Amino acid sequence: MDNRIEVRGLSKAYHGRRLFTDINISVPDRSVFAVRGPNGSGKTTFLLILCGLIPATSGQVDLVLEGRSLTAAERRRQLGLVSTDLYLYDDLSAVENLEFFSAVRGLPFTLARARELLEFVGLQGRGRDYLGTFSSGMKQRLKYACALWHKPHVLILDEPTSHMDEKGAALVEKVIRGQRARGMVLMATNSPEELRYGDQTLSLA
Amino acid sequence: MGIKRFPWLSRALAVLRKDLQLEFRTRYAYSALVMFALTTLSTISFSLGGSMADTDVAAALLWMILFFSAMTGLARTFIQEEEAGTVLALKMAADPEPVFLGKYLFNTVLLFSLTVLIVPLYLLMSNLSVANVRGFLATVLLGVLGLAGAGTILAAIAARAAAKGSVMTVLSFPILLPLLISAISATSTAFAGGLPESMMTDLGLLFFYNGIVLAASFLLFEYVWNE
Repeated sequence: MDNRIEVRGLSKAYHGRRLFTDINISVPDRSVFAVRGPNGSGKTTFLLILCGLIPATSGQVDLVLEGRSLTAAERRRQLGLVSTDLYLYDDLSAVENLEFFSAVRGLPFTLARARELLEFVGLQGRGRDYLGTFSSGMKQRLKYACALWHKPHVLILDEPTSHMDEKGAALVEKVIRGQRARGMVLMATNSPEELRYGDQTLSLA
Repeated sequence: MGIKRFPWLSRALAVLRKDLQLEFRTRYAYSALVMFALTTLSTISFSLGGSMADTDVAAALLWMILFFSAMTGLARTFIQEEEAGTVLALKMAADPEPVFLGKYLFNTVLLFSLTVLIVPLYLLMSNLSVANVRGFLATVLLGVLGLAGAGTILAAIAARAAAKGSVMTVLSFPILLPLLISAISATSTAFAGGLPESMMTDLGLLFFYNGIVLAASFLLFEYVWNE
């Protein structure tokens, strides 16, 4: 099965300042790709370009599944994103958040699956609580539940254990291991603990 | 069958339902709409002493209240997503078209709920009678739909700008002017009981305005959303 992410000649500049230039990578299926670099080096920007959320200055990103390069809209449906820049709805409960994101993806929603995912991320018994009452670590856990809801082929993690305690870090490890078994993980981090998951590492200056 | 045959519609209804849930819980947009409309309505009513002799002025004042209230509340739909940071999650999960349709439906519900409150109050406080009720209702229906349609795409554009409020106001003037001129003219005719033919011209313009705004918005929204 020919599944991979191909990045060719990717460059990004903001207001004349170059963040990165001419990045060429190939991420094979069943692998973890890590991006590291100091603050402001463009790690998050790199991931958001892969998600199709911001345009690159030049270059191309392709997600190839079963030998076919996906369109931008198809690609987004195969991605799950967890980022500190991504927020869910504080005035909806955890279950309502999952239900909404399932519905806008056009996927069926069942309470059983919501409970299963909430238990997986360590939020069992908190499904009816509004997100506004959650700590930042709990919100981060719900982002994992949302990102995994549609079983994405590629999981994109920006600072994966940000706001997480030790149990949260163990959850992230479990998520990365599970995702590696069925697809790809791309993550931006500087933590040595997280970098050890990477099969390939890209260093941004 | 039904809704499942139109995947856009079911996804748009999910956006509508979510926005209604949030609005019922927070009342960000509705409070702003109603308070602005009630303040303007009271000011006009007290300053004119409860009677309105000129139907042209009465029609213009009614649409001014609805227009400025709409601009106050409708902008919240997208600005709220930007300010709360939820826009990233929404972009990852949803295609642009259902988002636009859902937001348009939400703004329509919001504006209609304001209209059914404000219009009878305005007629009562201004001591106005409507000679052509059916024509008046059709004008209000098409006018409010037009305000919601144009307001939704303008809110999406304004939400991306640094000066959100100013961009919304500046852009709304040229875009909403044709709608307001036709709506005021048709409303004035309905108040005065003028010729149905002249009203039909205005209603036709309002109908086509709605079609053009919706078609253009659907074409434009993907670029606004993804930029």
